Amino acid sequence: MAIDNQYIQIKLTEKFGDLVFNFEDSYGMLSFEAPKEQNLKVLQYLYDEPTLGFQFLTDLCAVNYPDDKGRELAVVYHLHNLQTNTRIRFKVFTSIENTDVFTASKLFSAADWMERETFDFYGVNFVGHHNLKRILNVDEMDYFPLRKEFPLEDQTRIDKDDEMFGRG
Amino acid sequence: MTEHHHHITLPDGSIEKQTTTLNVGPTHPATHGVFQNIMELDGERVVSTEQTVGYIHRAFEKLAERRPLYQVTPITDRLNYCSSPINNMGWHLTCEKLLGVETPKRVDYLRVIIMELARISDHLICNSIVGVDTGAYTGFLYVMQYRELIYEIYEEVCGSRLTTNIGRIGGFERNFTNTAFTKLEKFLKEYPKVLKEFEGLFTRNRIFMERTIGGGAISAERALNYGFTGPNLRAAGVDYDVRVHSPYSSYEDFQFDIPVGKTGDNYDRFLVRNQEMWQSLSIIEQAYQKIQAFKGAEAEIYHADVPEYYLPKKEDVYTKMEALIWHFKIIMGEVDMPKGEVYKAVEGGNGELGFYLISDGGRTPFRLHFRRPCFIYYQAYPELIKGGMLSDAIVTMSSLNLIAGELDA
Repeated sequence: MAIDNQYIQIKLTEKFGDLVFNFEDSYGMLSFEAPKEQNLKVLQYLYDEPTLGFQFLTDLCAVNYPDDKGRELAVVYHLHNLQTNTRIRFKVFTSIENTDVFTASKLFSAADWMERETFDFYGVNFVGHHNLKRILNVDEMDYFPLRKEFPLEDQTRIDKDDEMFGRG
Repeated sequence: MTEHHHHITLPDGSIEKQTTTLNVGPTHPATHGVFQNIMELDGERVVSTEQTVGYIHRAFEKLAERRPLYQVTPITDRLNYCSSPINNMGWHLTCEKLLGVETPKRVDYLRVIIMELARISDHLICNSIVGVDTGAYTGFLYVMQYRELIYEIYEEVCGSRLTTNIGRIGGFERNFTNTAFTKLEKFLKEYPKVLKEFEGLFTRNRIFMERTIGGGAISAERALNYGFTGPNLRAAGVDYDVRVHSPYSSYEDFQFDIPVGKTGDNYDRFLVRNQEMWQSLSIIEQAYQKIQAFKGAEAEIYHADVPEYYLPKKEDVYTKMEALIWHFKIIMGEVDMPKGEVYKAVEGGNGELGFYLISDGGRTPFRLHFRRPCFIYYQAYPELIKGGMLSDAIVTMSSLNLIAGELDA
């Protein structure tokens, strides 16, 4: 029996107050946000609290929102409680100038490579990671290719502007 | 005149070094894919290994940001290419979740048949490769012709074999032909005997057991912490299966067991995969019976009625105005996706294959992230092989069912 989304929200608000916010129901999955300094505390609480028990890290990735000043990069954790079969999504945002985010690799061994991948493509600096270097790209690469500032198409082409992709 | 010193310069510490450095891969017959390991060996025992991945990275996530939904499907083919249809279906299910498309039961059952066939072919490859690495080539050669039967069914349904690009949002591109069902019947009839014989070659084979039992073992706790999913997690004793926990495509209508192991070693992984093939066979049989039970117009349904997302038939595009309009709209990206974020997971051949899709309302994904199971569990490889023999490390690698295409994205 899955844990009620509302219950998770109440437990988190009890513990962290205003530090957890932007709760929303995203196609049935509870999604929320916290300041990036709090990410480990929130993850640890979700892991340790017996009635929550989010002990399985399903996925970790980043998203780039170039227009959101000061919150250009989001690190997204998908967590799963396998016993009650509940999934949640937890996000922290960081500015693109200072991309320090604490590493979750001490809590989840699975986060090790996922954080390296996120660093590789978005340049999120996971503080405390034991081996934060590129994983899929070559070591000599000096940019972070999945950021939106690197367009896929040749920018001199006018027939492939954003308007044609529904983003006028 | 300069003085010449004739001596060899050795790196610091190399005289005292007691271990051998061995480079395995990236291309080597024993790695079954593009994987490199730089191992430190003490005699034949593995002290440590440093993995290098990414040799066939193709920037799928970046590519997907400039592709409409239908153009992303061929990308998913190239993740776990031993079971492409599961990836295709997973992607279509993700789109359907975002777009709010409900599929008819018959479509679900047809999808289940294709996905379970893909699971069998995936497990078959993995297990027979484990056989090859322990010195038994026979099994591998023997089962290949039966994987062929599966590929012929794909071919009959979608026209291609390995990178299938099968199905559409809302269903299939065409109805299954009678030939497809005949081929399915042939497979269902012949395969159990073959699987039994395959098991006879390995399961109680003394050499095979001695080579695999105890090798590459992992505890349930460590496996969970490492993010293991699929047969590798179940071999460690955790009965987590996406088909049961978060049923998709009407898996809740089927009766099947989740086989689990105990020790999480190479032998248990082999057994779990074999058991799963039996379960898959049973699921296919159940699905086929359910499909045969449809009568009249219901028996002809092969896609949902969603003209705004489902590509119309080509002959209709040439002859009917409405079909032409929808075709144009879908291809040219006039149909916008709703804004939102979805995470959808399916039980892939080697674990939970997840799609995290963020749509900003444009015609292409704003962000698409693939949760690739073998990328996540391959991290545990150094821990699995530490202290074991080099030859067991090779068996461990193949029994993890690593697929380079999926790992490197």
